[in-house]
Amino acid sequence: MSNAAETPVLRARGLRKEYGKGEGLVRAVDGVDLDVSAGETVAIMGPSGCGKSTLLHLLGGLDRPSSGEVSLNGRRIDDFSEKALAAMRRTDVGYVFQSFHLMEELTAVENVELPALLAGRSPRAARRRAEELLDQLGLAGRARFLPSALSGGQRQRVAVARALSNEPLVVLADEPTGNLDSAATLDVLQLFEELHESGQTLVIVTHDARIAATADRMFSMRDGVLVDQTWLTGGTTGQLGALAGLED
Amino acid sequence: MGRALLVTRLALRDLRRRRTEAALLLIAILAATTTLTLGLVMRDAAADPYESTRAATSGPDVVAHAQSAEFDRLENLVSAAGVTHHSGPYPVTAAKLQNSGRTSDVQAVGRDAESVSVDQPKVLQGNWVSDGGVVVEAAFADAIDVHVGGTVTLDGRSFKVVGVAITAAMPPYPGSSCLVAPGCVNGAVPDDGTAPAGLLRNPGLVWLTQADVRSLGSDPASLSYVLNLKLADPAQAQAFADTGQGDRGHPLFMQSWPDILDDATELARDSQILLLLGAWLLSLLAVAGLSVLVGGRMADQTRRVGLLKAAGGTPGLVAAVLLAEYVLVAVVAAAAGLAIGALTAPLLTESSAGLVGGAGTASLTWSTVGLVTAVALGVAVVATAVPAVRGARSSTVSALADAPRPPHRAGRLIALSAGLPVPLLLALRVAARRPRRVVLGVLSIAVTVSGIYVLLVLNAFLGDQPSTGAYTEGQVVVLRHVLLVWTVILLSLAAVNAVVITWATVLDNRHASALARALGATSREVTAALAAAQVLPALLGAVLGVVPGGFLLFTAINVITGGDSEKVTLPVPWELIAVVLVTVLVVAVLTSVPAYLGGRRPVTETL
Repeated sequence: MSNAAETPVLRARGLRKEYGKGEGLVRAVDGVDLDVSAGETVAIMGPSGCGKSTLLHLLGGLDRPSSGEVSLNGRRIDDFSEKALAAMRRTDVGYVFQSFHLMEELTAVENVELPALLAGRSPRAARRRAEELLDQLGLAGRARFLPSALSGGQRQRVAVARALSNEPLVVLADEPTGNLDSAATLDVLQLFEELHESGQTLVIVTHDARIAATADRMFSMRDGVLVDQTWLTGGTTGQLGALAGLED
Repeated sequence: MGRALLVTRLALRDLRRRRTEAALLLIAILAATTTLTLGLVMRDAAADPYESTRAATSGPDVVAHAQSAEFDRLENLVSAAGVTHHSGPYPVTAAKLQNSGRTSDVQAVGRDAESVSVDQPKVLQGNWVSDGGVVVEAAFADAIDVHVGGTVTLDGRSFKVVGVAITAAMPPYPGSSCLVAPGCVNGAVPDDGTAPAGLLRNPGLVWLTQADVRSLGSDPASLSYVLNLKLADPAQAQAFADTGQGDRGHPLFMQSWPDILDDATELARDSQILLLLGAWLLSLLAVAGLSVLVGGRMADQTRRVGLLKAAGGTPGLVAAVLLAEYVLVAVVAAAAGLAIGALTAPLLTESSAGLVGGAGTASLTWSTVGLVTAVALGVAVVATAVPAVRGARSSTVSALADAPRPPHRAGRLIALSAGLPVPLLLALRVAARRPRRVVLGVLSIAVTVSGIYVLLVLNAFLGDQPSTGAYTEGQVVVLRHVLLVWTVILLSLAAVNAVVITWATVLDNRHASALARALGATSREVTAALAAAQVLPALLGAVLGVVPGGFLLFTAINVITGGDSEKVTLPVPWELIAVVLVTVLVVAVLTSVPAYLGGRRPVTETL
């Protein structure tokens, strides 16, 4: 479902994730094909429970597919060992969660430097990188604050800074504005635009059309299937487009 | 009534829902209540059976004995002021008893076949003395495996065992008083030729007819005599014995009933001291373990508390519900501990086999039941009160939101850990999140290692016995049983604590662990971190358990028992280092399973 000419950074083929057995079988993700090019921002929208977050987990190696393939930068990761997956998450993927998932006992800068420390960087280098990121994201003055002393938007900025700590190939964001008020949402919106402009590859799962509007492409997901793809530079493809009468 | 029913129902349902945790709670309190019961039953065993025996055998208030040359003076005691009844003087001779190829020294007392009003030994099996028949003191009969109907030889002459009996006129074997001229020694005697010739070693007591005793003694002058006296005022027995009736020549040997009581129950007292000390240590361990367990459960019950409050439950009702289930567990643990303690105590009171009620019938008193129940409830309430009140006072809205208790921030430790390998980095931060739990973990290990230190000292001390003469072989066996009980319960509870603390840490850190894995930590690193978060406090606890814990506990035991610390061998440095290392190793092994399970929880489910 991609028209990218170059090798995609992230590729999924026939991706499927099933839970339960027999009559209780649930296909959370049901045969997804997806290519994401370097520097591209892709948004995935859909109703609650349609499998968006599960797809994101599979793409980032947090969960294993029941079948299908996932490749990152040309390497298949679905058959990686746990150790290799962890190493991949450490260096190639950055996560941004709806609930921020910051360590409450760590300051903003300590949270941001954590992935670098886990990757074995020296404390000094990790700290320097964390401070740079916080500075870039306008949080230099909040670096020593605990998460409880930050606003929702600031927390999500810290979470984004943490995701960028190891300069990942791709940032996966799961409902990044889901817990934010309007002002904070605009704040994060601007941040994602900046990331987009800087060439960071992004995959964003969201309910928020404004966030989706920052993407190059937007997918609609229903019942574990990507049913529609919209090029935000114009035109739609896929089943939903067909259903809506936009295509033959 | 309705409220009580609700509280009970909610408590029972929650216990049923979390069976493993309920079982761990039960084990923790049960260990403390069992040991405490054992200690208290031993205390009662130290006094009650002797009192019963005195009553059942018309026990004497004073026992006097002398050589044949002093026979007249002994007889004169019968008419001394305050003496109301007497039996004897009876002849006594030393002899060698042979049974199944085993030779033992005995003191044979010659008695009449008829009953007397003072010191009439109670026959437990068979009959009282008759010509050619020997009656064996019960504890001695147990020790040398003699039974009614069997045959023994005394100084080469065959006697039929016609009875087994008990007396209050002499402490049971192996603590027998010495009535004969050559003298006796209880405990080991070095075979270096320095012991006086004819000295009786750990003599047992047998009764024959007077005629048989006289026939055993080759020379009538070699016989000793024993006289049993009843006083008008038994409370004056010690004063009577202290006079020694030494108005002519050397004093007569006299022993008051309180002296006999002390000798008869010395072993039970020592065992009791060990068990009571063990019970207090175990109570500390139980409080440490329960605090962690209850804290973890309370954190898990935040939402339940919110629902109760939202449904109209007052803070008092919420606290009552939270306390009730622990009180229920405590009551069950108290009942089970009392039963197990009472049933197993006889195994540790073997010296009382020679006393009425001493063997197999250790009984519970109301004071024991009350104290054990109070300690069980106290342990439960102390461990539960703070989290229960905290839960009851929490905001309903935040409780309904199931907001976790914020972790503690230890800035310096976080900065220090940044330069460490990933498992240690995470471990230090895991530990730093809950300092109270770390303190409880350190305390738990420190208490355990202190106990192990004392056990090492006592084991070495008993290993030197009976050569030092403080205890006989039989007594050493009994005390070793006590130490074994102590060791098994102590180590079991410490193991339970280690697992409980690790599991509480795993549950509390499931979110942080999942996040660390999402950020690139491997499950092995997270597992190692969760285990290391227990091992590091264990190392500190083990060191503190040796210095100063072990020294302080041992000193406390010496102060309480009046012991002489110079008589014992303290563990050498390599032993102490080994204790610390083995402790850390065992904690690592014990914590590895819950840490492994915690490190492999699916990340996506948790996040």
